[in-house]
Amino acid sequence: MTDNDPSNPLKRAFLVEKRVIGALLLREVMTRYGRHNIGFLWLFVEPMIFTLGIVTLWSMFKASHGTEIPIAAFALTGYSSILLWRNMPGRCIHAIEPNMSLLYHRNVKVMDIYISRILLEFLGASMSFFVLSIIFITVGLIQPPEDLAKVALGWIMLVWFGASLALLVGTLSESSDLVEKFWHPASYLIFPLSGAAFIVDIMPPAAQRYLLLLPMVNGVELLRDGYFGSIMRAHYDLNYMAMCCLVLTLLGVAQLRRIGREVVPE
Amino acid sequence: MICLENVSKSYKTTHGMREILKNNNITINTHERIGILGRNGAGKSTLIRLISGAERPTTGRITRDMTVSWPLAFGGAFQSSLTGLDNLRFICRIYGVPIAPRIPFVEEFTELGRYLREPVRTYSSGMRARLSFALSMVIEFDCFLIDEIVAVGDARFHEKCHTELFEKRADRAMIIVSHDSYYIQTHCQRAGVLHNGTVHMFDTVDSAFKFYDETRNEQG
Repeated sequence: MTDNDPSNPLKRAFLVEKRVIGALLLREVMTRYGRHNIGFLWLFVEPMIFTLGIVTLWSMFKASHGTEIPIAAFALTGYSSILLWRNMPGRCIHAIEPNMSLLYHRNVKVMDIYISRILLEFLGASMSFFVLSIIFITVGLIQPPEDLAKVALGWIMLVWFGASLALLVGTLSESSDLVEKFWHPASYLIFPLSGAAFIVDIMPPAAQRYLLLLPMVNGVELLRDGYFGSIMRAHYDLNYMAMCCLVLTLLGVAQLRRIGREVVPE
Repeated sequence: MICLENVSKSYKTTHGMREILKNNNITINTHERIGILGRNGAGKSTLIRLISGAERPTTGRITRDMTVSWPLAFGGAFQSSLTGLDNLRFICRIYGVPIAPRIPFVEEFTELGRYLREPVRTYSSGMRARLSFALSMVIEFDCFLIDEIVAVGDARFHEKCHTELFEKRADRAMIIVSHDSYYIQTHCQRAGVLHNGTVHMFDTVDSAFKFYDETRNEQG
């Protein structure tokens, strides 16, 4: 009846999935931004305003720690990376409850709710990063990236990290309310260590090792290597970061399977 | 056909695990209308949620080879900050049916007029009931799940629901869960009684009633 493309079960499952995620995305956008004033444009205008504010502030206070790194590009890459690993988990905490009744539609699975929220944050942060980059380059505030492939890879790695962290934190928050209580202070405390506001090279060598244990630091370094790598020495270990993301993903999926059995619609 | 094999469901409570459903074996055939009687708190809604697929059984297996509706007239299925029309669009998108041809039916059935374009949270309970019933009729399922049918709404609304469900969709399978024997008697060919976590199926509605009365007194 409703699944009218019987050709092959895998393809059908994929089509259902695409449809459901699409519907959830639209619904989320409508619920969050509605049809008032600029509507869904808030999706990336909001993170853009944040990033612009940070760029302005940091430019005023010369937060570049005395290096010759262009402050606008430094702030743009740094704050955009924050948007990924902080907002995705933020949106996924207690994501199920407001959407609980949707589980009565058999096509909608707990996983779909997380995917749609993560996708939405990804779109918002990426559009903001992309649009601001274009604007800054056009007005001559920053130089175009030196190596686009590195920028893209850095961004993808940060997205993976944010998404896998979001899935784990989000699904854990369904099992224990403590997760939410700890996530907020933790995300604030990690902020200064996340590599958004420093480059690893200016840190004492003893500290560098430990800083690079934080996966996102590696991602930001790669992103900046791609943007203005010729004027900084980047430090990162992609294998290490990929391993961390992989572990987070596996733990997230395992926890997802657990709560999938336990979620009780009203 | 929908088939429940050894289906049990337990919930964690503050005083340990509580088994709500134990070892249920039920088969519902195509075009069949069955009723399930049970006292308040017997686990009727849990059973409906398991059959709908909103929840999974703790142990046992449920197989469905027909499409199954969400519990009918279930108000929670929509988002109250969205308009009635947006909720319709969402449902259509989820099930992959075109939206435009469904709008006239919903307009006519709900009689909501311009309110269809207002957020659902501004609706009265009667308006919500009309909208949620109309949305349930937008997707053509093979089997409808009906949980404690609509206590809300006036006679006219009940009549319209009756026409849509039992006349226009007389060929569908239905599972009707209720503590109201009259309702089940009118609409079902077969009935079961949910007692102590297990559904006892009977070939006739009358024998189910008899058992229902006995068990009711026993716990009375």
